Amino acid sequence: MLTLTDDQRMLQDAVRPFMADKGAIKAQLRHWRDIGCKDGFGHGLWKQFAELGLTGILIPEARGGAGLGQVEAGVVLEEIGRNLTPSPFLTTAVAAVRALDGSAHAERWFPGILAADTVAALAIDEGRHHNPARIACAARRQGNGFLLDGEKQFVVHGASADLILVAARTGGSPGETDGLTLFALDRGMAGVEIDNVALADSSKAARLRLANVAVDADAVVGEVDGGWGPISRALGAGRAGAAAELVGVAAGASEMTFDYLKQRKQFGRLIGEFQALQHRAAHLFGEIEIARAATFKAAQLLDAQDQRAELFVSVAKAKAGRSAALAVQEGVQMHGGIGMTDEHDIGLYMKREAVLGELFGSPRFHMARVAELSGY
Amino acid sequence: MADVEQFRREVRDWLEANCPAEMRTPMRSEKDACWGGRHFEFQSDAQKRWLDAMASRGWTVPDWPKDYGGGGLDAAQTRVLKEEMASLGCRPPLTSFGISMLGPALLKYGREDQKKRFLPEIARGDIRWCQGYSEPGAGSDLADLQTRAEDKGDHYLVNGQKVWTSYADQADWIFCLVRTSAESKHGGISFLLFDMESPGVSTKPILLISGYSPFCETFFDDVKVPKDQLVGEVNKGWDVAKYLLGHEREMISGMGLGGDKQALGRAVGSIDDPLLRAEIAAFDVDALAFAAMSERFIDQLKAGGAHPAMPSMMKYAGTELNKRRHELVMAAGGSDALEWDSDRSGGGKAARDWLRTKANSIEGGTSEIQLGIVAKHILRLPGA
Ligand SMILES: Cc1cc2nc3c(=O)[nH]c(=O)nc-3n(C[C@H](O)[C@H](O)[C@H](O)COP(=O)(O)OP(=O)(O)OC[C@H]3O[C@@H](n4cnc5c(N)ncnc54)[C@H](O)[C@@H]3O)c2cc1C
Ligand SMILES: Cc1cc2nc3c(=O)[nH]c(=O)nc-3n(C[C@H](O)[C@H](O)[C@H](O)COP(=O)(O)OP(=O)(O)OC[C@H]3O[C@@H](n4cnc5c(N)ncnc54)[C@H](O)[C@@H]3O)c2cc1C
Repeated sequence: MLTLTDDQRMLQDAVRPFMADKGAIKAQLRHWRDIGCKDGFGHGLWKQFAELGLTGILIPEARGGAGLGQVEAGVVLEEIGRNLTPSPFLTTAVAAVRALDGSAHAERWFPGILAADTVAALAIDEGRHHNPARIACAARRQGNGFLLDGEKQFVVHGASADLILVAARTGGSPGETDGLTLFALDRGMAGVEIDNVALADSSKAARLRLANVAVDADAVVGEVDGGWGPISRALGAGRAGAAAELVGVAAGASEMTFDYLKQRKQFGRLIGEFQALQHRAAHLFGEIEIARAATFKAAQLLDAQDQRAELFVSVAKAKAGRSAALAVQEGVQMHGGIGMTDEHDIGLYMKREAVLGELFGSPRFHMARVAELSGY
Repeated sequence: MADVEQFRREVRDWLEANCPAEMRTPMRSEKDACWGGRHFEFQSDAQKRWLDAMASRGWTVPDWPKDYGGGGLDAAQTRVLKEEMASLGCRPPLTSFGISMLGPALLKYGREDQKKRFLPEIARGDIRWCQGYSEPGAGSDLADLQTRAEDKGDHYLVNGQKVWTSYADQADWIFCLVRTSAESKHGGISFLLFDMESPGVSTKPILLISGYSPFCETFFDDVKVPKDQLVGEVNKGWDVAKYLLGHEREMISGMGLGGDKQALGRAVGSIDDPLLRAEIAAFDVDALAFAAMSERFIDQLKAGGAHPAMPSMMKYAGTELNKRRHELVMAAGGSDALEWDSDRSGGGKAARDWLRTKANSIEGGTSEIQLGIVAKHILRLPGA
């Protein structure tokens, strides 16, 4: 059934007002942006996520978490997107938890994540476009451990992270998914140079330079050369999660726009009376509903470990990205001049969409993936 | 859930035993559809056997009550039946406006005697129905219809003209909107059922751009309709009409699923042109996302949580998608797809199908009308 269960609805009923109140744009996004916060998010709010049990949403009950799934994470992320709430939830509580789960590192890192003391980052992308199979960052064996060399970019929360999961190549060649290994790096490792960059949406993502970074063998998450397992689990959860957040961004932007259509008067009428705008608004509404359904489906298939999950995750990320892009573009346009001002919130949605659209693969990347997985 | 799995096995065994092999091949054109009715010429013995087998279990309308010829299945069982039919490649046993449109309206608005009389016939495919809504002057503005029905005591006397009446020349009965009062536009419409063989009914086919001729002008000249064939109350037919349209739109939106549910890129075969491949990939994303939406929409309907105007959104999205699908099929087919009458092209199937889909965003209410309904009833935009 592609409808929320009673428990999932209860979660939504709890998270929706929390995010609208505590995670609101003025109190969070604008505040941290305007004071030039180096993290781009507030640790106080992240602690409140923990108090609500959200940081452990995917952590198994046996390890003190809620043991819930991707659908529930999506419920939370849609509200995060709707309110543009800055937090490390997607990368830490969703993607990193999925990467670590089942490995020896879970024991070490899950308590900190549960308590919101730990922020985790994923260092996967190396070029301006997401393409994990192309990873070139090298991990050479040295003694009992490895030496890491390479560059990473778009490492979300990289400069604030206590834990950085670095995907590197121990074998194979760029283009192959065999021969990758995932390493867990603690904050402050020698040889790691971190350039903290503010993105268009005022979130923070780092560029990393890794020069002869020496790590022990036990930094490996899972198996040497078998990093694609945890990497693809993290990517599956991250992509589906980003899709859910994008649906939230689209919903937030469009709701704001539909409200404006009912207030703003021009030519002696409410602009919402003009059919030129009505039809575009109705089209947009449909695109968002469809994106939400696709995202729901992807999350369900991931939770069921269904073999179609990978296909549907790409469908969801592509569809949510395109629908959200439409929502923010129509949003700014239909607000007229006021939509171009920094003072108005609608533009903030446009910036967030741009970042989330690219994160874990753009719509184009995922459309190509759909073609590939469908065999053409 | 164990029950559902048990049911799934039973269904599969039954379908294996009762669905003829010929009925497990894809339909080659819309001419392969089984419409039933008094004058229907079955294309093969298998087509008839398949209809009879399914009708005997009430599975032409699996979720209708058994008392009315249905299968009495719940939502989960209905889904299982559909899934198993799809996985065996079974053709629909019956294609019918009675099932997809009139039936649901009768279930909601019909009197008990009307349900008992008409629904089992619909379920068995005994009577083929057509829809008398549109008129030359009243298309999108449907409520402006002028066909009159005068109260003559024991019967109504119907005069007027309908247009775009699909299959009117092959239909046995019509469900028809008529004006019973001139005082109010929406509040003067009634919903009548009558036999197309009644004296005074005549039809004239209209040729479509696809080269097929599935629809007609329909004329009513002093047609007598018994009063017990009025559905719902007099002058309150608009409610019935709208409810039925919701079901029609739901049905038409299913076109967005493209029948075989295969990725289009896989269906059209190797694609050398990188731009076409990209367009097809973009289409497949939209189509797979729409498939998820269709699933969710049905779940929401069953759970009672769907907005009544949602079929308009679905109809709009599904039909625009289906048109795009066929544009891409034509693009991929190149000059092969343009052949109109060769054997190799199956009598121009690709081109004729492509042209036929252009009606999807017109029939059942145009895309513009659907968008207007969404704007007004879901988004509540002013003055819409
Ligand atoms: C960067 C920038 C620089 C500018 N510079 C100048 C300047 O130098 N001097 C100056 O005088 N002005 C300037 N403007 C103002 C600009 O001309 C107005 O913003 C513009 O005319 C739109 O008016 P509005 O912002 O009030 O939007 P609104 O009129 O409120 O429109 C809101 C939305 O409703 C739509 N809409 C309105 N009426 C209709 C209708 N009848 N049918 C369909 N849709 C409709 C609009 O298209 C828009 O999408 C500037 C604006 C910007 C953004
Ligand atoms: C293949 C096919 C089968 C059909 N089968 C049946 C049938 O079996 N029974 C039946 O009763 N009818 C049937 N129809 C008729 C169908 O329902 C009508 O064609 C449809 O409702 C549109 O009406 P119209 O053709 O008069 O177009 P018009 O109403 O004249 O519309 C012309 C154009 O104007 C636009 N327009 C009209 N009003 C507005 C508005 N308010 N805002 C914006 N744009 C507007 C429309 O969207 C359209 O693009 C069928 C049609 C087709 C093509």
